[in-house]
Amino acid sequence: MKKIIVGMGTCGLSAGARAVYDRLEELAAETPGVCELTRTGCIGMCYREPLVEVRDGEDRVIFGEVDPDAARTIFRDHVLGNEPASGSSVVLSISPDSEIGGAEAEFIRLQERIVLRNCGNIDPESIEDYEAAGGYQGLRKSLLDMTPGEIIQEIKDSGLRGRGGGGFPTGLKWSFTAGYDSDKKYVICNADEGDPGAFMDRSILEGDPHSVLEGMIICARAIGASFGYIYCRAEYPLAIYRLEIALAAARKKGYLGEDILGSGFDFDMKIKQGAGAFVCGEETALIASIEGQRGMPRIRPPFPAEKGLWRKPTNNNNVETYSNIPWIVINRASAYKAFGTEKSPGTKVFALAGKVVHGGLAEVSMGTTIEDLVFRIGGGIKEGREFKAVQMGGPSGGCIPASLKHTPVDFESIPATGAIMGSGGMVVMDETTCMVEIARFFLDFTQSESCGKCTFCRIGTLRMLEILERITRGEGIPEDIAKLEKLSVQIKEASLCGLGQTAPNPVQTTLKYYLDEYMAHIDDQKCPAGGCLALVEFSIDASKCIGCTLCAKACPVDAIEGKVKEVHTIDTNICVKCGKCISSCNFGAVITR
Amino acid sequence: MKTATSQSSFNYRLWRYDGAPGELIPLLQSAQDHFGYVPRRAISHISGVTGIPESDIYGVITFYSQFRLQPMGKYVIRACAGTACHVSGARMIIETIEDELGIEVGDTSEDGLFTFNTVACIGCCSLAPVIMINDDTHGRLTPASLRKLLKGYRRKIGESTETAVEAVGE
Ligand SMILES: Cc1cc2nc3c(=O)[nH]c(=O)nc-3n(C[C@H](O)[C@H](O)[C@H](O)COP(=O)(O)O)c2cc1C
Ligand code: FES
Repeated sequence: MKKIIVGMGTCGLSAGARAVYDRLEELAAETPGVCELTRTGCIGMCYREPLVEVRDGEDRVIFGEVDPDAARTIFRDHVLGNEPASGSSVVLSISPDSEIGGAEAEFIRLQERIVLRNCGNIDPESIEDYEAAGGYQGLRKSLLDMTPGEIIQEIKDSGLRGRGGGGFPTGLKWSFTAGYDSDKKYVICNADEGDPGAFMDRSILEGDPHSVLEGMIICARAIGASFGYIYCRAEYPLAIYRLEIALAAARKKGYLGEDILGSGFDFDMKIKQGAGAFVCGEETALIASIEGQRGMPRIRPPFPAEKGLWRKPTNNNNVETYSNIPWIVINRASAYKAFGTEKSPGTKVFALAGKVVHGGLAEVSMGTTIEDLVFRIGGGIKEGREFKAVQMGGPSGGCIPASLKHTPVDFESIPATGAIMGSGGMVVMDETTCMVEIARFFLDFTQSESCGKCTFCRIGTLRMLEILERITRGEGIPEDIAKLEKLSVQIKEASLCGLGQTAPNPVQTTLKYYLDEYMAHIDDQKCPAGGCLALVEFSIDASKCIGCTLCAKACPVDAIEGKVKEVHTIDTNICVKCGKCISSCNFGAVITR
Repeated sequence: MKTATSQSSFNYRLWRYDGAPGELIPLLQSAQDHFGYVPRRAISHISGVTGIPESDIYGVITFYSQFRLQPMGKYVIRACAGTACHVSGARMIIETIEDELGIEVGDTSEDGLFTFNTVACIGCCSLAPVIMINDDTHGRLTPASLRKLLKGYRRKIGESTETAVEAVGE
């Protein structure tokens, strides 16, 4: 029987997958017994959502940008009928006896999917689907055939490094927690995913929640923990919903609770919802938040491995880190090490977003170059524009310029550029992105997210933000550059946690690679990229304006003139550059230069 | 979509409280789910049951951006101001919402229907710019498509006669 699978992660749903699913459900009900309809999480090709896959045995065809009408056609031609699928709506076709085909074959061909092994393949709300894909075999093996010491050794041998940003060796971290004697120990999964521009963890939780649970239970066994918490941000309601379903199913099947799989090992866990504070991604702040307090970082040492949650030994890892664990236990460390580089083994999931054509999720071997990610997988830059930079590591990271696109992405090469690996968010920027404005954007973020404990982080970032705001308004002075540099060093040295220690990175990397852009703002009051509204001129594109008068009505200073159905003009002497006309225009006719 | 946590009502949660540590934030979350915000009365209730001083509870409420001390609108609009959305025109989206609803970030409209906030990232970056209205995510927005979306919500409100915010007995 043919199987129809609809991609129903947050990305699919926001693009309209629900209506597509409902239509297919109606159609399937009209002709019972022809096909089976299910859902799956994010396939990774978010830019083509909603996605519908038709599977006939080993043959798979994935259609993109499906609306309810297209769903009807697909159902008629490819589910009821046997028309060969063709055309640009075919995103991918995979069959055992032919090459991977379809418009986006390259997107898949360059990937190595370990963490995303099930994402887009199984129904995340069905534990049976996960089991059929080999799920919970890693747990079975760890509980019944391995000692805790052997599990830790296997993870150590794999060379797996934490995917939450720091890249700390996971096996080593586990051995620390295992080494402390205590009546109680805890396992925490950091699903706070605070980096704006990163969505790997959300997709894993929505697409394959059991892989994370399984990784956590294996960890609990290895370190001797009896209880666990998944700290998930409240902005991810679908992830929380699917985690809850997964927890209940795992309990029912005896993978959680008392005497798991008859091994005598007891372990359970629950979900804690974050409450909207970026700093709570930092592990000691996260622990304070689980304890019900303000999420302020604590001084380390003692590290959580010794005194963590409720002052008990605690192991904290990232979602993606845990998701790797069952695969490593089953396939062994040597298989894992076959991927990636010597110092950064394995694969990493990257979230491509921004000005890239194929925005979505891609899992590649560590050491893949930025160029391969942006151009071969990402399909290049939108609207044929020029690639300018890629931002990695979010507010703690930096901008890597196009000239360094041959840099391999791993835990050694990326920090050498001044950026950090971070959690895997890659925001691609083109020639229209102003780098000074981006630095201002990140400082605005860290300044408002600083918890306020350390003076330099609290006040220093504010001073930097004020300077950057001045520069983007065209009011900067040459001394500002030296001031920014000095403040960067001071904030880094005088902050307790990673938030402050890395907050100046976006400024330092843009100063390093784009000093001329800063100087154009300061010396000539010009924004070369056209991103700072205060420094550009507004005009109306005569070929796009239809004379609807909306911009003239929106303008607070009456700078726009024109009659109905005639091209409008902006009087730049009156214009205060507020941008209201841009947002009021339905035709994108307002130009800034 | 409602998660199981939000279904169990605030009172039930408070009644079930057994002194287990770390329950303050979940209690506040369920109060907010129930009332739409954290009302004064809920704070004194929580303090009475848990023994946590009211001042500490305020400290926690004001630390986390999720909690609100004022009633929220029937529809909570959260516009993403994250990096991917920022470089894809989030500023225009935020201004359009402000103009259309006549309120600024952080405010609730006078009729109590809309509350408008920004968030750091919704995790739907490949469809930037993105907003959430209650638990529904909407992506690839332009000022024009956003206005259409908001019009749809207004129409829905016109059709229903439900009261805006659940009344809280003070
Ligand atoms: C300000 C700040 C924010 C952080 N946010 C996250 C986050 O959202 N997710 C995450 O997994 N780690 C985050 N981290 C890193 C954690 O502190 C911790 O190192 C990580 O969760 C450990 O997991 P790993 O060893 O699996 O990488 C953050 C660190 C800092 C300093
Ligand atoms: S940056 Fe807007 S959804 Fe991530």
